[in-house]
Amino acid sequence: MNSGSPPTKPAVRDDIGVDRDYRLITPYLFIAPAVLVMFGGLAFPVFQSVYLSFYDWKIGTPLSTAENVGFANYLRLISDPDVLESLWVTLKFGFWTISLEMILGISLALMLEKPIRGASLFRTIFILPLMVSPVVVGLIWRYLFDARVGWINYYLGVWFGMEPQVWLGDAELAFFAIVLTDIWQWTPFIFIIVIAGLQALPSEVIEASRVDGANWWQQIFLVKLPMISSILLIALLMRLIDVFRALEVMYIMTGGGPGRATELMSLHIYNRAFDAQLLGYASAISVLLITIVFLFSLAILMLGNPMKDKADV
Amino acid sequence: MSSVAPPSVQRGDSLLQVLIHYFFLILLALICLTPIWVMISTSFKNEIVIFDAKPIWFFFAPTLDNYSYIMGRGKFDRYLTNSIIVAVSSTFLTLALGGLCAYALARTEFRGRKLVANATLLIRMVPPAVLAVPAFAMVVFFSVESDLLVLIFFYTALNLPFAIWLLFGFYKQIPVELEEAAIVDGASPLQVFTRVLLPLMKSGYAVAGIFTFRIAWNEFILALLLTGRKTRTLPVAASGFLTDTGVEWGRIMAMGTLIVIPPLIFTFFAARQIIAGMTAGAVKG
Repeated sequence: MNSGSPPTKPAVRDDIGVDRDYRLITPYLFIAPAVLVMFGGLAFPVFQSVYLSFYDWKIGTPLSTAENVGFANYLRLISDPDVLESLWVTLKFGFWTISLEMILGISLALMLEKPIRGASLFRTIFILPLMVSPVVVGLIWRYLFDARVGWINYYLGVWFGMEPQVWLGDAELAFFAIVLTDIWQWTPFIFIIVIAGLQALPSEVIEASRVDGANWWQQIFLVKLPMISSILLIALLMRLIDVFRALEVMYIMTGGGPGRATELMSLHIYNRAFDAQLLGYASAISVLLITIVFLFSLAILMLGNPMKDKADV
Repeated sequence: MSSVAPPSVQRGDSLLQVLIHYFFLILLALICLTPIWVMISTSFKNEIVIFDAKPIWFFFAPTLDNYSYIMGRGKFDRYLTNSIIVAVSSTFLTLALGGLCAYALARTEFRGRKLVANATLLIRMVPPAVLAVPAFAMVVFFSVESDLLVLIFFYTALNLPFAIWLLFGFYKQIPVELEEAAIVDGASPLQVFTRVLLPLMKSGYAVAGIFTFRIAWNEFILALLLTGRKTRTLPVAASGFLTDTGVEWGRIMAMGTLIVIPPLIFTFFAARQIIAGMTAGAVKG
């Protein structure tokens, strides 16, 4: 319309126009598949949990015959000491495991960051526990903590003269056992994230701080750790989330027992849903868990959203 | 004071320091390896050795009885096939969809970008146990035929937020100038993605792939709930060996050993790639 000659080679202005069109549509094409799957597989189930929490639905009966009980499940929830106990156990478990794992994982990464012969082999070994299925981890440590054939009892007896303990049959010992197991498996997660961040740091900055006379401690606390702070936050967040998702290891090692000493909230929901067969009530507890977790994550997002635009990277 | 020491002198540690360094490394490596070795060695022991009061680390008469039981009556091959189908498919889907999404979030400005980014962060929080009841309801409602397809779908959904998050960080570390240069040279957005970014993102995808594969291969609770006798995955089958009446430790450990072999091989392969990829200076551009 504006130019008569057929554009064998597009003009500069047209070129920019084409580019703008791409920019309008392309982002949506790129995100659509992932967003659809996440909606169907994560968001929709959450909505459905809310819906189901108002029903009394039993396994084996069609959902259409389930009775709408209004807020009865929630009223029951408020005064249910078992739910509160599993919440407390989860928080206690999260505190001990995450703080110890962060300290260990960051120190490990800083230690291993130094070029040393064989470092890559050690790093490979350190991420092995991460790859072991939680179910298998549960099986291994259940064996190690076994009262009769467990290696832990044997060596505690030989080295320290300790009486054999029924580790997984005592509330406090069982809790200690699942904390120790979690630390063994998940410290490498912190490690791998932190070391990835450290290796991505521009060496010029580290070099500059060294030239400016920063000692080893100053380099760590004033240069390296602040520069990877967003990565540390990601690692912390991930672990936090995983504590609320954790269930397999306890399912295998203790089943949540003795009593409810090791029954984290996820396992509690599962047991209520498919052991006690209270699908509606379990959904109400699910809603409670989701709410806690969402509020918690919102608070962390306000502290610093790692996906927020940075000035430059 | 004296002149600034050159970096090489500062980096050069005394022999004692190096020895201490190695001492801690070896100690930590042993801590990581011991439980795994306990599992592997126990899988080759017979009942008598296992129930011996004193743990035997290395020198016992190895037996393959536990393995032959698992391969034969344990129907290992069927569960293995199921696990491979589920883990490989969902890892591939997660990296493909998640990579595209992370790229768009990291590089482009569009209406709803913040919403998607924040919703992804929030939805990451959903624990699998919360999905259990709705997933069960959905399968019952739609009377889905293929359990494995359902698992692949849920595992991809579960893994996407983390993969997007991780890959977003990696994309952010790549200088925009590289892409701008490619665009100036006439590359389409897809070409920019496949020709410029993907080669630089290798280590990012490797890390995301490790975690995605690990979760899909190891996931237990949804698989326990959604699979039947024929579609069971390996972790579900392993948990089935735990019965209250007499725990067969040898067989359990043999099952555990077989389950961890593929991820461990994968680790040795991908760990090297990650370490090399991260030191290759791709990020520095």
